[in-house]
Amino acid sequence: MIEVENVQKKFGLLEVLKGVSLTVEKGEVVSIIGGSGSGKSTLLMCINGLESIQGGRVLVDGIDVHAKDTNLNKLRQRIGIVFQQWNAFPHLTVLENTMLAPRKVLGKPKEEAKAVAIAQLEHVGLVDKLDVYPSKLSGGQQQRMAIARALAMSPKYMLFDEVTSALDPQLVSEVLDTMRLLADEGMTMICVTHEMGFARDVSDRVAFFHEGVVEEIGPPSQIFGKRSKSPETKKFLANVR
Amino acid sequence: MFNYTFHWRPAFQALPAMLEGALITIQIAVLSMLIGTVIAIALAVASGSQYRLARFGASVWVETARNTPALFQIYMAYFGLGSIGIFLDSYIALLAGITFNNAGYLAETFRGGLRAIPPIQTRAGRSLGLGAFSTFRLIVLPQLFRIVFYPMTNQIVWAILMTSLGVIVGLNIDLTGVTQELNVRTFRTFEYFAIAAVIYYLITKLVTGSARLAAWKLFKY
Repeated sequence: MIEVENVQKKFGLLEVLKGVSLTVEKGEVVSIIGGSGSGKSTLLMCINGLESIQGGRVLVDGIDVHAKDTNLNKLRQRIGIVFQQWNAFPHLTVLENTMLAPRKVLGKPKEEAKAVAIAQLEHVGLVDKLDVYPSKLSGGQQQRMAIARALAMSPKYMLFDEVTSALDPQLVSEVLDTMRLLADEGMTMICVTHEMGFARDVSDRVAFFHEGVVEEIGPPSQIFGKRSKSPETKKFLANVR
Repeated sequence: MFNYTFHWRPAFQALPAMLEGALITIQIAVLSMLIGTVIAIALAVASGSQYRLARFGASVWVETARNTPALFQIYMAYFGLGSIGIFLDSYIALLAGITFNNAGYLAETFRGGLRAIPPIQTRAGRSLGLGAFSTFRLIVLPQLFRIVFYPMTNQIVWAILMTSLGVIVGLNIDLTGVTQELNVRTFRTFEYFAIAAVIYYLITKLVTGSARLAAWKLFKY
């Protein structure tokens, strides 16, 4: 379970998160939508400790992410994350990218790590690209590789940070399909996304972020339907559709 | 007007001795590059550190190495340290001087190279559970070496040529040292130094050629 309690985050004077609370249960898929600069991506970075916080706390399986004595390297093994930006390791092949963490973090023997990596690459449909360097992959394939790379660590949670935002439109669906597959398998997921169709179809709950707070959270039928209580949500959705 | 007869035969007879000197030259250049690279990485990291003292130390090193003559740096390693009671022999003093110089120049090259690697690469590494050092070693360094590979080739050429300054601290076993000994014995200055120049040229060509080959082998992506 991921518990975000009243989290505050500032970059200098800029207050990005102004007391965000959110709980994600095991097996749940939560999508986060909202305008640029509303703090969606920043929240993901705070959940796996890539960003510090100035107030509140984040608990992952009861472990306080930002406590001084928390072993972040160990905690991050249960939290996979895929970023928006190009983040394949360019000097390693697809297989090497995917094997790296099982080998170096979990200390698995080479053959075992390779088997894990190949299984995950098969999962995302890249098993024919094992020895290819990322520069030879399309954006969609790179993102699927990044998903396989995170999955190779057998995480309990997966965080997706606008993973389709930098992609050409025709490549978006292959990545979303991979994410759907994961959701169907019961992975606990938090997806920051601008893909409203995905948020509506796949999520158990949708959170609408506005100016650093969770303006509204509820099942997709509430957020996207007429029952939405927040005028801000309505305004946002009216503009993106 | 031109009262000089070339005597090439004795000069060519000295070739084996000069080639032996060339080996010492290569040895000093390679060692100074290896040690210099390690120090330069540390300096580049220190210059981006949050600790002011680390940044200050790195900047003193880099500024001195880049803005004073290599000759002065080698003098300091030999006579300067000697005057405070640390006596290095000529070989070590030359090696120290060139290493100091290499480290300073390379540190700036590496600093630029580090900035060329997107910060998301480090984040991606850390997000997989790799520690800060592992991320640097496994993800940042390999990319850095590709970026700085050709500037480094430049630096090793420079290092090879700088070894000739060893003669000013009494080194007589490297290529210039051997040549100078032959010169003072025979006064066949032109012949010996012409041969030495050709050998220097060939060494640097060999090094840049091998670097190109290595790059082709190493950087497949």
